[in-house]
Amino acid sequence: MSNKIKTFRPILTCIFALLLCLNSSFANDNNDGAVAEPTHEEKFKPTEVIFEHISDSHDWHFWGEHEHAVSLPLPVIIYSDKGFDIFLSSAFHHGTHPYHGKYTYILKNDHIKVVDETEVVDDAATSKIIDFSITKNVASMFISVAIILSLFLSMAGAYKKNGIAAPKGKQSFLEPLVMFVRDEIARPNIGAKADKFLPFLLTIFFFIWINNLLGLLPIGANLTGNIAVTLTLALITFIVVNVNGNASYWKHILMPPVPWWLYPIMIPVELIGIFSKPFALMVRLFANITAGHIVVISLVSLIFIFKSMAIAPVSVAFALFIDVLELLVAFLQAFIFTMLTALFIGSAIEEHHHDDAHAEGAHAKHH
Amino acid sequence: MTVTGSIAAIGAGLAVIGAGLGIGKIGGSAMEAIARQPEAAAKIQTAMIIAAALVEGVALFGVVVALLGNG
Amino acid sequence: MELVTPGIGLVFWTSIVFAILFVLLAKFAWKPILGAIKEREQSIEDALASAEKAKEEMKTLLSNNERILTEARAERDELLKDARDIREKMIAEAKGLATKESERLLQAARENIQNEKMAAITELKNQVAVLSIEIAEKILKSELSSDEKQKSLVNNLLQDVNLN
Repeated sequence: MSNKIKTFRPILTCIFALLLCLNSSFANDNNDGAVAEPTHEEKFKPTEVIFEHISDSHDWHFWGEHEHAVSLPLPVIIYSDKGFDIFLSSAFHHGTHPYHGKYTYILKNDHIKVVDETEVVDDAATSKIIDFSITKNVASMFISVAIILSLFLSMAGAYKKNGIAAPKGKQSFLEPLVMFVRDEIARPNIGAKADKFLPFLLTIFFFIWINNLLGLLPIGANLTGNIAVTLTLALITFIVVNVNGNASYWKHILMPPVPWWLYPIMIPVELIGIFSKPFALMVRLFANITAGHIVVISLVSLIFIFKSMAIAPVSVAFALFIDVLELLVAFLQAFIFTMLTALFIGSAIEEHHHDDAHAEGAHAKHH
Repeated sequence: MTVTGSIAAIGAGLAVIGAGLGIGKIGGSAMEAIARQPEAAAKIQTAMIIAAALVEGVALFGVVVALLGNG
Repeated sequence: MELVTPGIGLVFWTSIVFAILFVLLAKFAWKPILGAIKEREQSIEDALASAEKAKEEMKTLLSNNERILTEARAERDELLKDARDIREKMIAEAKGLATKESERLLQAARENIQNEKMAAITELKNQVAVLSIEIAEKILKSELSSDEKQKSLVNNLLQDVNLN
């Protein structure tokens, strides 16, 4: 254990040193800036603040506003018909300066746009570029992956060392979670072939859960509350379910157990069902996590809306309560996503007969 | 004080009413079921969470549509 | 609207990162972890099964012991009963023998006494006879010592004799 910490320590030190350098360099930069101080009497717009917090960004913002912002610049990678443009987002100076690469880019509302010589947004050229930047969300995802890998690789190492002895340390915390996914999610919903899908379910569960938790941290990114991420996860589930779907799964969709004259209605319904399930997965995770973030920030925003310190204890108390609730939601949403994925996989690989399904319905009614 | 906002917000609110009723019904029935059969609590809870997630999914579609409308 | 429009860049990075994460975890984490858990469960199951078996054996052993003990107790009772029977029989036999012996002895004693008595009577008779003869001799001698006496005797005798 201690050896590992020792090997990690220089890396951590480097990261913190880097952060400090960047922060101080920015601070200097900002002080040297010729831009006038923003007016403090500017009206507080909660919607803007909230949307800024739940949206992706090209630099990792810590504190301060506009020209006084202290943030970690992230790499911008833009693919266009002229090739790749790679530069740090600090080149935009928080959106105040354009960057001259293969095209001229500006940062507008955290979106990179192409401009012409007169700094007017060129929509035609903008639609042609693809933004592959390491945004705040991508960086947060890298961090989460590093955390997940270090957790589970060291856990696997502990198993190699301890063999089948009773779990200890990190093992005893993570093992029940692994067992939970196996015994409460995978096996009851998938059945005999559960262990084949277990690595996928475990990965998706811990990926969502760890990212949900990271999102709750004060400067964390709203990764699992981003539609692109949940879309990708849902897409992966969609592929896994349909690639593993067996003959009876497809038969149920293309030849549903209804009279033939209902086929024109039932087949489209079943086909829509294939897509609506992962779509619901995508929207559920996105909306739950985003809603949680919005509620927390809204509660904190109350202080600024009322412009009174007196409201602070109330709003902090409520925000704390919601934050604790969000800890539960973070787990619950990871659980539900994994659970429904397991359920869909289970129904796709199950060797079911239609009579059974009806008998089950009657059984349920009987209860 | 003036009332501001969009019609989409009303839509989102209506979706929330539906989801609230649905999830409340599911939760209440699950409680009754657990009270009747405490030994089946784990199974009932799992089924309850799945049913609640499905109801919530429909409500979230409403929220997403509201967000789409909000621009 | 912007909130629900997925960015291609993030979709791309998420796919790549998730794929890499899945491959790494599946190979280097889930395989050993799930393997070890399964192995442990197997060993616990085996241990439980063997404990159950041992318990079963213990039970049979206990019931065996019980059976042996019952048997031993029964045997002991049997032995005791036998011993008691033998003792009673022996006592009865000894009693019978003693009675017979004593009777025999009594009989012998009685016979002896009878014989002794007879012998004594015979002896006495003989003695009496001898004594009577001697007395008679003496009397005769004294009776017949003088002529007068002989004459008187003859007279007496002759007197007794009736000439019928």
